[in-house]
Amino acid sequence: MKYSITRSGVSRSFPEGDAFLSAASDDSADVIVYLGANGLSGPAYHPDNAKAAIVVELDIECLGVHTGEQSGEEGSNVVGFARYRNGEDAPSGLVELVRQPNAEESAIFAARQVFEEAGLEVVVCADQAGRIIDRLVRPKYNAALRFLDEGLASAKDMDMTCRLGLGYRDGPIERVERGDLARHFKITQALFETYGTPGYAPARRAIVAKQRKED
Amino acid sequence: MTNEIRRVGVCGAGGTMGAGIAIVVARAGFETVSHDLSQDALDAAKKQISGFFGKSVERGKMNGTARDATLGRMQATTSLDALAGCDLIIEAVFEDLRIKQDLFRDLDSVCAEHTIFASNTSTLSITEIASGCGREDRVVGMHFCLPAQLMKLIEMSPGMNTSQQTFRSAWAFVDQAGQTPVKTQDKPGFILNALLVPFNNDVIRAVEAGVASPADIDKAIKAALGYKMGPCELLDLVGLDTQMRLCEAFYPVTLDVRSSAPPLLRRMVAAGHLGRKSGRGFYSYDGNTMFGG
Repeated sequence: MKYSITRSGVSRSFPEGDAFLSAASDDSADVIVYLGANGLSGPAYHPDNAKAAIVVELDIECLGVHTGEQSGEEGSNVVGFARYRNGEDAPSGLVELVRQPNAEESAIFAARQVFEEAGLEVVVCADQAGRIIDRLVRPKYNAALRFLDEGLASAKDMDMTCRLGLGYRDGPIERVERGDLARHFKITQALFETYGTPGYAPARRAIVAKQRKED
Repeated sequence: MTNEIRRVGVCGAGGTMGAGIAIVVARAGFETVSHDLSQDALDAAKKQISGFFGKSVERGKMNGTARDATLGRMQATTSLDALAGCDLIIEAVFEDLRIKQDLFRDLDSVCAEHTIFASNTSTLSITEIASGCGREDRVVGMHFCLPAQLMKLIEMSPGMNTSQQTFRSAWAFVDQAGQTPVKTQDKPGFILNALLVPFNNDVIRAVEAGVASPADIDKAIKAALGYKMGPCELLDLVGLDTQMRLCEAFYPVTLDVRSSAPPLLRRMVAAGHLGRKSGRGFYSYDGNTMFGG
């Protein structure tokens, strides 16, 4: 599946030098991938119903921020995506493809094909805050940071416990710290505003990191 | 100064976890007394243990002489009195506070003064288990991971009345057994379950909220984080009923809403969709086709 790229900012999914960038075609391609639009409010793309899919890179915002929403009837040939990346680690092989309720199946198929042909693993999720990964792992990182404050165990022991006991590649403390506690604050604050449940409230250490960054 | 541990009793050794612990103990060179109320369970465990060591020999992890010596160090009994000579008792009986308290109270009248009681509980308080047993200062948390015979990690937790000497002795034993101890406070779920139980509930809630299918959640978690098993696969393996029991143990103590049983979990358990054990959970196991939950 041929795709073209339109860039309006820095892409977290495909940093400079990524093979996905150099494999793009010209504007006549069936799929247009908009990169670096994340964080912008309002439309980050130009509608084009003639295209098989318009694929918009997301950061922590929902696709609805760019498309607008219509009482659960929203959906078109526009789909969102984010390639999961922990802080400034190299992007992972996972692409979360975001669909709205009435997204065109052919658009999802085309977008999936673009990423899978690039060697990435694709999952489809609803347009909900945090998508899959952040929604699930951020409360766990919050809990681990709170346990650290409360003296349940040392950071080293918590991380080792998760590696040895659960087979994780890295522990929650080392992972969230490597991913930048200030970014963890930003993500959990957005999730907390959306869901309102205590598990998403930014952990104290994330608040401290964010405050220090502001100084 | 620590007490020397030579002879170790394992209570509940007819179960999967207890049998695994007995393997760890005997393999490390300790005299091992497996105890269970059921002789049939002990007989079945003995077969499993023999099979395990047989495979160890086949795979070159131990030789036949070592296997025979290890099996020679193991004995099994349904009598608590047979645990009298043990320096350490590790209990892996049913996860019920009263059952564990009664066991330690009974053992207190059987065992020597110096004998340490260790609990393999994954959710209960060590302090509460020790309460009223008559030797609260010689009780310690020693939580093995499943499968115990393969996993190195052990969460070690002192109760409020555990003496430093008891904790040091128990820690030294774990070291000597070739395991990797980590120290945690005596809090619900210690480290592993305190992180895992709410996380699994979050996954169930995400399925229920229509965020993604169980298969896509598993795929995402494995691809992004490198987990060996997706959370829905893990829940099916552990059993949805087990997750329910964990929630029921955690939530009343912690009042953490993430630990409360999600409505979908309750419905799946009520429907008999318990995971692999019932042939259907988040996945169906007759043809490994996905079930939407």
